[in-house]
Amino acid sequence: MKFSLEWLKQHLETTASARQIADKLTAIGLEVEELSNPAEALAPFRVAKVLTAEKHPQADKLQVLTVDAGTGEVIQVVCGAPNARAGMLGVFGPPGAYIPGTDFTLKVAAIRGVESRGMMCSSRELELGDDHSGIIELSADAPVGAPFTQYAGLDDPVFDVNVTPNRQDAMGVRGIARDLAAAGIGTLKPLAVPQIEGSYLCPVPVRIEDSDGCPAFFGRAIKGVTNGASPDWMQRRLKSAGQRPISALVDITNYVMLDHGRPAHAYDIAKLTGGLSARAARKGEQVLALNEKEYTLQPFMTVIADDAQVHDIGGIMGGEDSGVGHATTDVMLEVAYFTPGRIARTGQALGLTSDARSRFERGVDPAFLDEGLAILTGLILDICGGEPSTAIRAGQPPTEQRTIHFDFGRTRALGGIDVPEQRQRDILHSLGFGLDRNQVTVPSWRRDVEGPADLVEEVARIVGYDEVPSTPLERAPGVARPTATRAQLMERRVRRTAAARGLDESVTWSFISEADADAFGGSEWRLANPISEEMKVMRPSLLPGLIAAARRNLDRGAASVRLFELGRRYLGDAEHLTLGLVLAGERQSRDWQSGKAQGFDAFDAKAEALALLDAAGAPVANLQVFPDAGPTWHPGRSAKLGLGPKTIVAAFGELHPSLIKRLDAPSGAVAAELYLDAIPAPRSSGLARSLYTPPTLQAVTRDFALIVPADLPAESLVRAIGAADKQAIAAVRLFDRFDAADGLSLAVEVTLQPAEKSFTDEQISEISARIVAAAKKLGARLRS
Amino acid sequence: MSDALLDRIASTQSLADLDAVRVALLGKSGEITARLKSLGAMDPDTRAAEAPRIHALREQVTDAIASRKGALEAAQLERKLATEKLDLSLPAPESVRGTVHPVSQVMDELAEIFANLGFSVAEGPEIETQWYNFAALNMPENHPARAMQDTFYLDPRTADEEPRVLRTHTSPVQIRAMEAHGAPIRVIAPGRVYRSDSDATHTPMFHQVEGLVIDRAITLGHLKWTLETFLKAFFERDDVVLRMRPSYFPFTEPSAEVDVGWSMEKGRRVVGGQEGWMEVLGSGMVHPRVIANCGFDPDEWQGFAFGCGIDRLAMLKYGMDDLRAFFDGDIRWLKHYGFRALDVPTLSGGVGA
Repeated sequence: MKFSLEWLKQHLETTASARQIADKLTAIGLEVEELSNPAEALAPFRVAKVLTAEKHPQADKLQVLTVDAGTGEVIQVVCGAPNARAGMLGVFGPPGAYIPGTDFTLKVAAIRGVESRGMMCSSRELELGDDHSGIIELSADAPVGAPFTQYAGLDDPVFDVNVTPNRQDAMGVRGIARDLAAAGIGTLKPLAVPQIEGSYLCPVPVRIEDSDGCPAFFGRAIKGVTNGASPDWMQRRLKSAGQRPISALVDITNYVMLDHGRPAHAYDIAKLTGGLSARAARKGEQVLALNEKEYTLQPFMTVIADDAQVHDIGGIMGGEDSGVGHATTDVMLEVAYFTPGRIARTGQALGLTSDARSRFERGVDPAFLDEGLAILTGLILDICGGEPSTAIRAGQPPTEQRTIHFDFGRTRALGGIDVPEQRQRDILHSLGFGLDRNQVTVPSWRRDVEGPADLVEEVARIVGYDEVPSTPLERAPGVARPTATRAQLMERRVRRTAAARGLDESVTWSFISEADADAFGGSEWRLANPISEEMKVMRPSLLPGLIAAARRNLDRGAASVRLFELGRRYLGDAEHLTLGLVLAGERQSRDWQSGKAQGFDAFDAKAEALALLDAAGAPVANLQVFPDAGPTWHPGRSAKLGLGPKTIVAAFGELHPSLIKRLDAPSGAVAAELYLDAIPAPRSSGLARSLYTPPTLQAVTRDFALIVPADLPAESLVRAIGAADKQAIAAVRLFDRFDAADGLSLAVEVTLQPAEKSFTDEQISEISARIVAAAKKLGARLRS
Repeated sequence: MSDALLDRIASTQSLADLDAVRVALLGKSGEITARLKSLGAMDPDTRAAEAPRIHALREQVTDAIASRKGALEAAQLERKLATEKLDLSLPAPESVRGTVHPVSQVMDELAEIFANLGFSVAEGPEIETQWYNFAALNMPENHPARAMQDTFYLDPRTADEEPRVLRTHTSPVQIRAMEAHGAPIRVIAPGRVYRSDSDATHTPMFHQVEGLVIDRAITLGHLKWTLETFLKAFFERDDVVLRMRPSYFPFTEPSAEVDVGWSMEKGRRVVGGQEGWMEVLGSGMVHPRVIANCGFDPDEWQGFAFGCGIDRLAMLKYGMDDLRAFFDGDIRWLKHYGFRALDVPTLSGGVGA
């Protein structure tokens, strides 16, 4: 919402400066986004007198002028304007001045061989109008040398206020003036509403068929108008609001809308067929709107139509076919009330924004239809002449008043601010609220005020939030108690463990392309309005995003990429907290000690998975490896980790070669995904650890080299050996694996821990025999 | 006699020579051993005279051998050390160093600061129903405020399912937390949020933190104090100045936009001082209708809520200038702006890293 200081002063008697007003507006909730003064850009331009005008020696259409700009010197200027002549007064721009209309900075130049030290300007060059037929001509009494903006009354600051969606009243200059007056910046001037006496009955009948969408339609006809240009004062104000003047009738409706937040529409009666009716649009009905675009309507939209066609998307935009033009002589005015929710829905469905919509969807003042019509009519009669009909009123606007029981103590109890009751009453009164003891009547222009909390806000914002005292929250005695949940603690530990292990945490998009999601089994969640095909479905896995990030890094020249992300997978049943990681490029770069660069393999992914599961509190020692992690993974070089086939907590390994191709994943990349929410909660055991004393006797180790069946998982051998004597065997570690002449050889180191007495040779032989027997059950035999 | 022996020992040049001399003197058939043996054949008087002499000689020789051995060993070590030289300016094996993303770090900082004020961390789904994202927050259908937020809608999975939305703010967690934990309550809710917006300063996904306090006598004054306290702790500056302005959010009444003062330091805009203002937070007293929507009596319970962009907090504190880089996964950026694993924010160590 933009308006100038001069306009504001139409409604507000004040001596405050523009800066003071802007600060106050922001302080009372009408945030000023910009305070500008268009005159600043035109500051160098001066009122100047043309002393002489001679024909240019080299060009027929140019003249050489001498100009007095009040500087005491005679300035030579080359000018192409046909109206330039000796003795006239105009606007002079010196070298260095910026001409906004042609985006050009003046400098001393020779034009066809004659020096020119500045320019006499046209309206269009100064962006003051469209006229470019000649230079601006000022009246003979204009003071030579005076700043032009000052002389022309252009020195008028413009406020740009961001009006929040609840404030219907602040969508007009008068409403803003009312707020300022309540906040102590001046006094609100009384509103002059002309008395209009119609001399004949309105010739255009008005009917309401869709009273839900349009409960009220007031109007009148005016015959015999002249639709020329609107007066300068109105054009200046409209321009300050960012509106382009069009014609008097259009400008007047716009002006009333901006001045009072009251949109209206004028139809050219000559273009209407029969009466007007406010009705629901018919399915598929079309209208060419004033923005020259065709809209297809739906039955929940309210339109204004005559017997032949739709002329107005009710409350949003008029139609091109019945708009007023310079030839218009008879107009029909519409001052209606449209239901806010319907306007919002219609506007959203059509993707159409307009000044009218932004007002009707906030809700215009339902008690201002008659006044609005009178003010509109009065301005038209003044500016365009004509003869008004009597007013016509179809339907009733919803003017029932809301009354709130208000305990003035709420301002202290909710707002935390002490304001004497009388001051509160004064504030509410000045904002237009009615007060009868504790009954507060809400003014018709504040449909956002619904209860006591709103009244507290009204008082607090006018007093100023600066006055709200900072009040400490009550604090529980003692040291602050821990608040993190188990899942939150787990997340933190896993994240920092990953970072400690050399992985970089990234955050990738939750939405991915459909093709990427399909490679991971597809997504159950598809966006109805994605911003691109690359961000179309919710990810079923963290890996596509990480793989793409790894790819980008390698493309940028990174040698080694270790990325992880902690985030959610969006599945049909729920959102699952997951850690994904991708290792790509070199695990170890070439090195003077270790030699050639080495890539990652599936065991690197396994190491990360196990370390992070351990950090997450999973019982890592009990985890089993289940070969083949699924269709996205390499069938022979991937596995799942779980506490059983139904409690899978991670998958890791190489990705499936066809997936690598499809995603353009870096070759040699390995990955893991940890399903953190699948990890069972550990049994709570309190803070004290189980009792433990390190054994006094030394442990002994024995190595066993075994020839095993080629397909025997090493883990089963290690588990079987560990189970051979649970008392004595403290640890089993596989340390060698090679293809021997007589089969696959696995070598394990077994640690035996004596309890009270050292083992005898016999005992050790016995344990060894049990170990060999256990291995034998798996088809293994001692290597000879 | 003894001088000659001692010379012989002293003149040995290697441990092997020295050992040969030792055997020749003190071995089974060594010279001194032979002399000791000869004592047995002596008459008592001669023996009494000879024994101390021979024993003294043996002791002298033994000591001399030990001392020579020490000297030879030292010389040998010296020679060995002279050959054992490493160029320790060569690089040691590299260890990799990972990083924590700034968004995660800031979330941990927020959790730490607010834990001290008695707030716990609440969570909620990102795929949200329209009830929780809008209606429960006093934004009925066609409410103009819904148009303020560019909402991503999801295709319904069945014909009669109401389309879900990607939550446009963390505010739905207010409702869920109150439903789950009741009142009084103090929570913050950090997390991902989504709006269909994309330019230099907006990404379609970003992070917010929501704060909620519901109790019996909470006022706008408590909100002001909480935000001041939080921002001073977060930015680790005492000159953080807040400005509260009346504003509008459907779910709060009264509502306040919060600006924080900034100043220029080394050509960059930093939080602190008051050369200018920038918007950082939306806040207000929870709307009575929202409290009622959670199943509580708004005449008994009241409180405040606030919401703030986490990415923006990170940018203001740590000086990043491009939001889009947060979500690119460029390891050069992550290593520059990320945090070390052990930079855990604590109250005793400071919440900044």
